[in-house]
Amino acid sequence: MKIWAIFKKEMRLYFTSPVAWVVFTIFLLIAGYFFYSIFAFFTLASMQSMMNPQMGRDLNVTDSVMRPLFSNVSVILLLLLPLVTMRLFAEERRAGTIELLLTYPVRDGAVLAGKYLAAFALYAIMIALTLLYPLIVVYFARLEWGPIFTGYLGLLLMGATFIAVGVFASSLTENQIVAAITTFGALLIFWILGWSADYAGGTAGKVLQFLSILEHNDSFSKGVLDTKDVLYYLNFTLLALFLTLRSLEARRWKG
Amino acid sequence: MIEVDHLTKKYGLVGAIRDVSFSVSPGQIVGFLGPNGAGKSTTMRILACFMPASSGTAKVAGYDVFTQSMEVRRRIGYLPENVPLYTDMRVAPYLDFVAEVKGVGRAERRRRVAEVMDRCLVSDVQNRLIGKLSKGYRQRVGLAQAIVSDPDVLILDEPTIGLDPKQITEIRSLIKSLAGQHTVILSTHILPEVSMVCDAVIIINKGAIVAQGPIDTLVEQFFPTSRLEVEIVGPTPAVRERIRAIPGVLSVQDQPPANGAGRFTVEAARGRDVRAEIFQLAAQQRWDLLELKRVGLTLEEVFIRVVAGEEATDESGEAALEEPAP
Repeated sequence: MKIWAIFKKEMRLYFTSPVAWVVFTIFLLIAGYFFYSIFAFFTLASMQSMMNPQMGRDLNVTDSVMRPLFSNVSVILLLLLPLVTMRLFAEERRAGTIELLLTYPVRDGAVLAGKYLAAFALYAIMIALTLLYPLIVVYFARLEWGPIFTGYLGLLLMGATFIAVGVFASSLTENQIVAAITTFGALLIFWILGWSADYAGGTAGKVLQFLSILEHNDSFSKGVLDTKDVLYYLNFTLLALFLTLRSLEARRWKG
Repeated sequence: MIEVDHLTKKYGLVGAIRDVSFSVSPGQIVGFLGPNGAGKSTTMRILACFMPASSGTAKVAGYDVFTQSMEVRRRIGYLPENVPLYTDMRVAPYLDFVAEVKGVGRAERRRRVAEVMDRCLVSDVQNRLIGKLSKGYRQRVGLAQAIVSDPDVLILDEPTIGLDPKQITEIRSLIKSLAGQHTVILSTHILPEVSMVCDAVIIINKGAIVAQGPIDTLVEQFFPTSRLEVEIVGPTPAVRERIRAIPGVLSVQDQPPANGAGRFTVEAARGRDVRAEIFQLAAQQRWDLLELKRVGLTLEEVFIRVVAGEEATDESGEAALEEPAP
């Protein structure tokens, strides 16, 4: 299977170069710090609620620890994932290796699929490492696993979209920095689109809110699995991948 | 094996190659010659299915490079000019990846990779990062990835550039050993290389083919005479006259004398060897014959004539017609 060969090659490149290790380290460092401070704050709040039982009525470890953690992790992803994807096509183009890759008997679609899946697998490993946090929480408190599951599903879907946008940006340039900044900018714009929804109001507000990447992730961390949100991420991903395929083809004609 | 028919490629408004046609028969090694920017790489990139032509067709092993690109790609090995390799990969895994992408089966792959590493003399660096290798080794890894799937056709863009003389010899003999089972088209700047390795040449200049054919035929076509250099101690005018009188000799030219001996350049009809007659003449006249040497008219001279001739025609159209290049 050609896709598998490309996939293995990309994974090998992630792990023989320092990229994967650096990204993992930085991600876990920041995510760990977030988890620590949220959990510590929750401990403090539950201690206080022992004095004042009325305050503790709404205190819930799923809602007060895991949900903020998911939303904080998605901010780290916004910053980190463009750095994971920037290499995929830009580096091949800069080094000229794309000339060999695109003359091997493998379709552009298979090249794209192999690369995309490699970046996604790297991301999935990274996210899987954070499963340590709910395991720590469950040692001290009772956790509802439903919202944890949907929360992770949300993160995976959102990451899939981020990676697709990153791959597209990477296919547009031979400069990795340009690819990273373009990805970050595009994602940030879709992120903050929801903020102006309140002022816009009416239909425009609804449209803006619907387009916002952040908005769709929120319901997952609440434990709500809505097809609208799933479809939003899947469509966004497929659109970006389709555009990447077109961009690869266009580059061929330009020579 | 390779048929190129009226191929034209334009980058925007700039034409890279125009109306290029040639064909290569199976098992041949063909040299692709031309000054920088002549369109060698463009032609090779089209043949390797990296980019489509603006018009015209090219077929490799009977398959069109544009409409049946996958079939073509399965049958070629390509080495681009600057040898792009994944610098963060090790040699053996890299070649294994290329073999897998090119569709070499799992069982066969290990054997093929070991075989090409032996053949291209890179076995001793198989666990090194490609980025840490010297230019010569990288070149050989590049060649190894081209032949790893045992393709019918090899397209090599400047395969010996940047190598030291020993490596050049090794790569050349490697390429020569590929003839017969593989059809090879290689571009180069080094003209003696072509005479050594190739069966035929295609000379391209400013995007158009200016000469093509087997090397001997080309040399004959451009230089219908053979040339001798003669050094004789004797009365210059008499020597000149007597040599001129030998049947088949077309012209005799004086060269500046050295060590009291007269030097002459003798041109005779091609295929007519007048060396014995000159020797007899000198012996008969009791002139001292110091040197009698056949000067090979080489591909290099053909190349210079063809490329320079083109330039003269381009720059001053009519003048060049009146006074053809010497």
